[in-house]
Amino acid sequence: MPDTKKDYQKILASVQKPVIGEAGKTGTWSKLKPIIDLEKCIPVKSGKFTCFNCWIFCPEAVVTRTIPPEIDFDYCKGCGICMEECPVKAISMREVKSK
Amino acid sequence: MYGRMPCKGDFNERGEIEMNQSKAKNKKIKILTGNHAAAYAYRHARVGVVSAYPITPQSPVVEQISEFIRDGKLKAKFLMVESEHSAAAACCAASATGSRVGTATSAHGLMLMYEMLPWASGTRLPIVINLATRSCGAPWSVWDDHSDFITVRDVGWIQFMCEDNQEIYDTNFQAFKIAEDPRVFVPTIVAYDGYILSHTMMPVELEPQEDIDAFLPPLNHHINLSDISQVKGVGPVTLPNIVKREEGTAPGYYEFRYSLQKALENSIDVILEVHDEFAKKFGRSYGNGLFKTFNTEDADTIIFGMGSVSAQARTVIDKLRKEGIKIGLVSLRLFRPFPVKYLRDFFKDKKNIIVFDREIGYGYEGVLCYELKAALYGLKDCPFIKGFIVGLGGRDVKSEHIIDGVHRALEQSKKGDISYETEFLGLKLDELDFLD
Repeated sequence: MPDTKKDYQKILASVQKPVIGEAGKTGTWSKLKPIIDLEKCIPVKSGKFTCFNCWIFCPEAVVTRTIPPEIDFDYCKGCGICMEECPVKAISMREVKSK
Repeated sequence: MYGRMPCKGDFNERGEIEMNQSKAKNKKIKILTGNHAAAYAYRHARVGVVSAYPITPQSPVVEQISEFIRDGKLKAKFLMVESEHSAAAACCAASATGSRVGTATSAHGLMLMYEMLPWASGTRLPIVINLATRSCGAPWSVWDDHSDFITVRDVGWIQFMCEDNQEIYDTNFQAFKIAEDPRVFVPTIVAYDGYILSHTMMPVELEPQEDIDAFLPPLNHHINLSDISQVKGVGPVTLPNIVKREEGTAPGYYEFRYSLQKALENSIDVILEVHDEFAKKFGRSYGNGLFKTFNTEDADTIIFGMGSVSAQARTVIDKLRKEGIKIGLVSLRLFRPFPVKYLRDFFKDKKNIIVFDREIGYGYEGVLCYELKAALYGLKDCPFIKGFIVGLGGRDVKSEHIIDGVHRALEQSKKGDISYETEFLGLKLDELDFLD
């Protein structure tokens, strides 16, 4: 049993380190997910580490800076910013059935 | 202790102030305003960061502090900001780096700070605010009442009210020591009446720096964000429920706020302890540390007030006693946490309590009055309690107003007929010629 006379002293400021998934799997918030058309994607086509607008602009940091770029649908909220920012319109929002 | 204005007996033949305590080695008496007493207290407390914004009647506090910093007498960082809200935010951030932090404000300045105050208490940052009390507009007034002081009573800060300049100086050290105690870690407000104390000069006994250092050791904080290796978020979104993480289970919002309440409840023991330690070391005490009593031993009728109101009430006790009223005074020093247990114990065999409020809880009555009523609820033979409003917006609180209040209250008490209508003393409605 906690000692109410003393144990309150151990509960001070709420201090947290950033971790993945603090608020649960936010990927369930939207059914629309960005699908990358690899035939249009600049890094895939050129084979060089270039463009990556989707990686730069993703507010949830779920896009990887790899060739090809990969998206973590567990935490992608489906905001569509990557689609908006893609210079060659390689990304489209489509309904993806959740696993 | 001489916690009072100097009187005839304090002057020697040459007209210089001579206090018994001044003969002690290294003690220095300076004639200071309340504001400068607060500034000297910050200097001697070795405050590390000060961030403030000027507002009447508090401005001389921070002016003096910035002069101390300029002259190299206080090694502190003075952060200039664009508003009181920023000042309070800067204080919170500075305190989270482990520094001793203080600021000062008044009235609307405190109200602009209000948004940051629960952040400071919720994060348990031992900041001290010196508050030169002032009425809240509209209409615009820079004069004294306690309206600003009572608006922040529910945000989780410890609140002191001082009655003279020496008490301002002394209470600041106690405030830092209490706020920084590991059993407490709660920010503190030290309030004093604007103009009545803030701009009135009184002799203040200044203690040698080494004695203050011995009384008030450096802050050992529970957070230190200046440690770059430990980058953390302080006070982020904290869910309603507890959260299980790899590094352990984290409390929810509810647990943090429970802890704050317990810290405030238990701070009363620390406040008494610190007050006694201060009294032993420096030879000055303020009642029991929670409230001051005056002529109460044989009294059945008590005047209850804070700050300037009780200072004024001290002067009428003798006169009322000559009328045959067994009257005494209780001057509240600690407003939050409200010292319920000690007040209940003190008032259990008293007959009448007359509360003079220099503020008002609009739509109800004087705040001090209803807080006292709540504190004494359920007491066997609960005393008769009657409250009056006095001196809002700097209207003089005169002896005759207090005497009038006591007479009116005792009359009601005798008849057993309590008037629940809020009564204002010192109103001058009859002198307004447009009212027939």
